[in-house]
Amino acid sequence: MPASTAPTQNLDAECADVMELTPFQTHPDRYRHWRLSFDGDRARLEMNVQPDGGMREGYELKLNSYDLGVDIELADALSRILFEHPEVRVCVITGTEDRVFCAGANIHMLSTSTHAFKVNFCKYTNETRLYLEDASEHSNKRFLAALNGTASGGGYELALACDKILLVDDRNSAVSFPELPLLGVLPGTGGLTRIADKRKIRRDRNDVFSCVAEGIKGKRAVEWNLVDRIAPLSRWDEAVSEMAGEMADELPTSDAVGIELAPTPFTVEGNALRYEYVTLELDHAARTAELTIRIPDEAGPSDGAAAHAAGSDWWVLRAFRELDDAILHLRFDLPQIGLVTTRVVGNSAVVAATDALLATDDHWFVRETRNLVRRVLKRYENSAKSLYAIIDGGTAFTGCFLELALAGDRTYVLNDPDTPVHLGVTAANAGMYPMANGLSRLETRFLGTPEAVAPVLAHRLDRGGEVIDAETADELGLATFAPDELDWEDELRLAIEERACFSPDSLTGMEQNIRFAGPETMETKIFGRLSAWQNWIFQRPNAVGPNGALKCYGTPRRPEFNYDRT
Amino acid sequence: MATIDYEQKIPNNVDLKSDKKLQRALEKWLPDYIEWWKDMGPTDFNENDVYLRTAVSVDRDGWADFGYVKMPEYRWGIFLTPTEKERIVGFGDHFGSKAWHEVPGEYRNMLRRIIVTQADTEPASVEQQRMLGHTAPSLYDMRNLFQVNVEEGRHLWAMVYLLHGFFGRDGREEADELLERRSGNPDHPRILGTFNEPCTDWLSFFCFTTYTDRDGKFQLLSLAESGFDPLARSCRFMLTEEAHHMFVGQTGLGRIIERTCELLKEHDGRDVRELGGIPLEVVQKYINFWNSSSNDLFGGEISSNASNFFASGIKGRAYEEKLDTDHRANEGIYTMEVFENGRLTTKEVPLRNAMNEVLRDEYVSDNEKGIIYFNKIVERHGVDFRFHLPHRRFNRKVGIYSEGWFSIDGTPISETEWLGKVGEWLPTQEDRDYVQSLMVPCLEPGKYAPWIAPPAKGIDGKGIDFEYVKL
Repeated sequence: MPASTAPTQNLDAECADVMELTPFQTHPDRYRHWRLSFDGDRARLEMNVQPDGGMREGYELKLNSYDLGVDIELADALSRILFEHPEVRVCVITGTEDRVFCAGANIHMLSTSTHAFKVNFCKYTNETRLYLEDASEHSNKRFLAALNGTASGGGYELALACDKILLVDDRNSAVSFPELPLLGVLPGTGGLTRIADKRKIRRDRNDVFSCVAEGIKGKRAVEWNLVDRIAPLSRWDEAVSEMAGEMADELPTSDAVGIELAPTPFTVEGNALRYEYVTLELDHAARTAELTIRIPDEAGPSDGAAAHAAGSDWWVLRAFRELDDAILHLRFDLPQIGLVTTRVVGNSAVVAATDALLATDDHWFVRETRNLVRRVLKRYENSAKSLYAIIDGGTAFTGCFLELALAGDRTYVLNDPDTPVHLGVTAANAGMYPMANGLSRLETRFLGTPEAVAPVLAHRLDRGGEVIDAETADELGLATFAPDELDWEDELRLAIEERACFSPDSLTGMEQNIRFAGPETMETKIFGRLSAWQNWIFQRPNAVGPNGALKCYGTPRRPEFNYDRT
Repeated sequence: MATIDYEQKIPNNVDLKSDKKLQRALEKWLPDYIEWWKDMGPTDFNENDVYLRTAVSVDRDGWADFGYVKMPEYRWGIFLTPTEKERIVGFGDHFGSKAWHEVPGEYRNMLRRIIVTQADTEPASVEQQRMLGHTAPSLYDMRNLFQVNVEEGRHLWAMVYLLHGFFGRDGREEADELLERRSGNPDHPRILGTFNEPCTDWLSFFCFTTYTDRDGKFQLLSLAESGFDPLARSCRFMLTEEAHHMFVGQTGLGRIIERTCELLKEHDGRDVRELGGIPLEVVQKYINFWNSSSNDLFGGEISSNASNFFASGIKGRAYEEKLDTDHRANEGIYTMEVFENGRLTTKEVPLRNAMNEVLRDEYVSDNEKGIIYFNKIVERHGVDFRFHLPHRRFNRKVGIYSEGWFSIDGTPISETEWLGKVGEWLPTQEDRDYVQSLMVPCLEPGKYAPWIAPPAKGIDGKGIDFEYVKL
């Protein structure tokens, strides 16, 4: 693997110093809070949070409570398991603390964070938990939460994201949601959604469970389906191994050899973050960012083995990993940026060739790359930014990158015969990358006119179709606006300036409501319902006012509520 | 109210017979309890007559009656100190409002947790001590052991009454589980660490009753202030009994020290081990172990739970009612030394969050008095040795000091230094083996094992040669 990994590893951290960017990239060698180990087809991920290892000053991560830094490592560990250890069938998630598995998100961290940070933190942690489920569904992996002690709040929510939950039966350890009774907030990392929609526990029991701070333990936890099994301490290791074995047996074995995930460093030049394929140029005054993804001149690997040989340097994997990193910086570090204008530049044929490989090859590495693309596309459209695709000369919104255009709020297509645009449809647009609602982006776009999907797919390049020009794109319903060369610049300028002036809150609310038309899934409920309620509660005096529950927790004061129901 | 109704299956002064539902629930629990006692109590002495005191009244004077009893037939009952006047909540946010006679819904879970945690320690200690009867250094000591045991059993009853009487189905389930957990059992251990430590020799037993039971005293003192009146009154009466347990521990350790001093004076210069006594250094090490382990029982130095308990009016400070202070404790600051980044710094903590430490302060100062008592004995014998209380930072497994290594006087040290010195501070396997080797029963009336001095006087005016247990 690339010999250059060592010197570039800290680049992100260096940049972080200059621009105060959150370091989202890490490596198992640098984990402070998790121990990741492998034994044949088993991975073991042990939560071992260092109390003094918080991301910033002012709180202690006691009892395996977590902050963003802990979750960044968890997300990294998951990526490593997926890409570096394809042989793994079961990952056991457990803890190293005595009597406590994980106490959830750190309350003092939350109570001293800005609202915006809390919202972004919750979104990130929610995504990581959904990635666990995504890996279970698509990556030949199963996750076993081996709760060696009490799992409260976010600790139990992490367990809920696993396929199975084993709880130690020491007559003391419980699973619990103390958020409502103790903190006046919600188990907002998917907890309420998963007990209802994933574990399908009766509503009255969910109601009782969510109101008892100390939670439910032992046999009753099994009876209520809060956990799958309990095991006594004396045969704990045996029980964990037994259950992991049963879960592994449900899956085919794999002798695949992993790749090394190299870092995706970037440099900061003035107002720009430059990765190899992705560039983010910021206009702080206009509160906009231009996101550019550069397609390489050559598609490179043409089969799974060649892609595997290229490893994390395979351009499409690298480009999407860079995009992922850039999105996170946009969310956490650039709150003032309200609008992202996205351009994908290069040659459609290159994307089409790579898409063909992604669509047809069943090599595990190709599959994992596909899974990653799906996750990044979701992360992109789940960001609280306005997203415009700028489709003009030299762009190549084809296949998985056409998805990026469809994931945004508007598409501006330049209609200029002298500067032809090339949109391309591939298998990537025919259901390879479903949205959170379970539909493809084209199906979601044309929810009211489902007959409009087929004419678009008739242009599939992998089935002999042609690239789509501006007028056709407009006819097919792919263009929001397709101004001609005379109007283009002004139209675009006005659209951008107008957008940048609206209330950012109402924009976020509007976008989140209209991006995800169609059916509800657990995922849409988590982001659309649970998160929305949580974010509302996070703003309310009953939680964060001077006498709010979250503010009072850990202080000598008890909360004072305004008992009006709203 | 003050008289105890002994006509009933379950002696009580809470007019149990007029609450049929509760009476039935408790009578259903009773056989399970007896079953537990026969399994996990001092099993092999179930058939022996033991000269025990039984509570017959909750009046301050003359509350107990002495007589021979077979332990499984002991009249465990439910006794609450009667209320003299309408009590008020004496501290926290509800300061000044009427005390609760029913559980306030808001605090139901919190209260149940506290009661279960307190209750769990009672049967735990009986389990820890269940084999000690076989190695009793005298009938007097054996009787004291059993007295402690049956009273811990009664304290369990007191807490189970509260669980059954006030917490519905949850309470009944918790009461059942109190009989299912077992001290030291890897699968369902007792809740608190100290109560899973083995207590297999009498030096440990005396340390336990001195230090661990004294934690119990302070927990009871703080719960005796509770705004939940039945809890407060239960704990007040339990305190009456608890005092005897500490007497057993304090005088037991004192008698061991006395004996060792005698041996030292009689055989100047010889190792007391050769003479069958327990070296004072070893006694000190056992004190260090049990005292530090019991320090953990007070919980974290900075605690949201402690703050919540205080704010809610559920758990106050020791002697809260008598304290001339701000009973809301809303504004106060507590200055403590915290261990951060490898060193000690001073930190100001809101008083309510420091309530565990406030209680530990009282505990430490009580323990210091005990050390003075031991030192008076060695001084009296002219022995050149002084006992000391280990620093509260020493050997902690709970709280902010558990993250570092501290010497016996509380100085931060490295792990290497700790490993080099730990054998001087805590009992080594050799020490334990030696103490264990002395555990030979001495069961003739009036005879005492060679490593312990006889007591100054007997129980209930009886002599030290009285047949306290009929074997």
